[in-house]
Amino acid sequence: MLDYRVLPAGDTALVIEFGDRIDRELSTLVLSLSQALDAERIEGIVETVPTFRSLMVHYEPLVLSASSLIARIDARMQKLGAGEIVGQVWHLPVCYDPRFAIDLDDVAKRTSLSTQQVVERHSGPIYHVYMLGFLPGQAYMGEVAAELALDRLETPRTKIPAGSLAIASRMSCVFPLETPCGWHVIGRCPVPLWDPVRSAALLAPADQVRFVPVSMREYETLATRASQGVLRIEPVSEFVGAVA
Amino acid sequence: MTPALRIISPGLSTTIQDVGRSGFQRLGVPVSGALDPVALHAANALAGNPGNTGALEVLYVGPTFAVDADDTRLSFAGADAAIAILADPDARGGEIISTMRSVRVRRGQVIRVGSLKNGATLYIAVEGGFSVEPALGSVSTDSRCRMGGWQGRPLVEGDAIALRHATATDRDEYRIDGLDLATPCRFRAVLGPQSDNFSEEEIKRFFAGEYTVSAGSDRMGMRLAGQTIRHRCGFNIVSDAIATGSIQVPGSGQPIVLLADHQTTGGYPKIATVISADLPALGRLPIGSRVSFAPVTVEQAVAARRELSATVSGIAGKMVRLAAPTAAAAVAARLLECNLISGVQDAAANA
Repeated sequence: MLDYRVLPAGDTALVIEFGDRIDRELSTLVLSLSQALDAERIEGIVETVPTFRSLMVHYEPLVLSASSLIARIDARMQKLGAGEIVGQVWHLPVCYDPRFAIDLDDVAKRTSLSTQQVVERHSGPIYHVYMLGFLPGQAYMGEVAAELALDRLETPRTKIPAGSLAIASRMSCVFPLETPCGWHVIGRCPVPLWDPVRSAALLAPADQVRFVPVSMREYETLATRASQGVLRIEPVSEFVGAVA
Repeated sequence: MTPALRIISPGLSTTIQDVGRSGFQRLGVPVSGALDPVALHAANALAGNPGNTGALEVLYVGPTFAVDADDTRLSFAGADAAIAILADPDARGGEIISTMRSVRVRRGQVIRVGSLKNGATLYIAVEGGFSVEPALGSVSTDSRCRMGGWQGRPLVEGDAIALRHATATDRDEYRIDGLDLATPCRFRAVLGPQSDNFSEEEIKRFFAGEYTVSAGSDRMGMRLAGQTIRHRCGFNIVSDAIATGSIQVPGSGQPIVLLADHQTTGGYPKIATVISADLPALGRLPIGSRVSFAPVTVEQAVAARRELSATVSGIAGKMVRLAAPTAAAAVAARLLECNLISGVQDAAANA
């Protein structure tokens, strides 16, 4: 039997909470419920917003009452089982050059690794996109290797450039817009994660990401093409299954 | 030349807003939209537009702008203001009109909105709407994400906001009577979603407390100063999604009500959520207002939402035709300005 709580967030949203941790098993449940409800196209559901540990369902209460929505969710939960999710697999180029990676030396020092080892440890794993938030297109990707897990900066920076790749605790993010940030910046991605012209996000919750190190020269070529609007990046494959 | 409103002075923060963009929060895109959607609907009704058409949202101090179109119809709904309609940028005096009405203006005229009274928000709609490209189905401006509206930002001097229509429809002007756009001091809220993070006593203190809307409030959140609310076990939670109206309590214990431009997700416990029917009134509340919260059930909140929905549908029924100025009255108005009052009154009476 699945363990979850349904909490009201006012009269137009419900939170379906699976736990209070960042955990791939919880994330699989959240994302599979999200994808299942979206596929059902239930009249009165406005949108679903998956996060690390819960799903928010925004609804129109004059069309769909909270009690009938909860009944639909309970019924869906019975069928959820182990949970299966569908996502896309991406290979994202990242330039770890110190000109972009302003905290790389500091991260190396704090973790007692060489900068080369930090890059290897970071670009090694396949990351799971838990959720998007904070800025349009900003994906929270985990897990960063345990030996790279650091608390946030004591004093956040007032500004980091768009495309900055940064880490904090077990999470990695590429920040799609220039923004204040308290994370450790260790690289830059030339692929825009948010296209302001088409208002489109590259990544979606449940996607999988590998960071592929590129040289400064390759970065510049890709960034130029991106700025001309001719950089096309396609997912390398589709991913179906539980989040491992 | 493209018909436009040309901004001479932008006011404190003037943005284009409609009812916002929903459906993209899973991608981190905030909903945005008018802080006071009831007033937005009223402005659009007066301008003859569908209720969710994008209009200018004015905060506290309004813009001054020139009409770069043959003629156009404007409407004003929301807080009070003494709006001056001037013959040109250097003209003095001019006609002063109040809000909650439509008005036809012509090329070269300058509209000076000035300071708002009895509310923080005013909507200026234009017949036919502004000619701006929607982003994700909405023309709402989200300044933090730099999307929507006019170049994703508040208006600045020199902006020429293009209009869809080059001329106004030939028809009478209207005002709206008896639409309640008051700024109440008590707001209804449903407990949760993270009321578990607070003890029974703290929840009682929250609902018994009176708060002041503090400076630093913006379209993302209304910061409250007053009764400090303590958490049961720390103020950091693993991020979850945010609903508009949710009242989060950060480490300082001073609550923040999340408004239209709030981030889609966040990491502070939310003690309660202002009901959807009370959000428009909350949105028009100026800094310095005193507020408190009353707990209600979801069922009560839905009943209130139904009432608000009826109020919005009833806006059209509250429109009253403004008396068209007769030729004699127009002469009278002009001579009034010259203190030639008595003789003209007689002439009008004898006409």
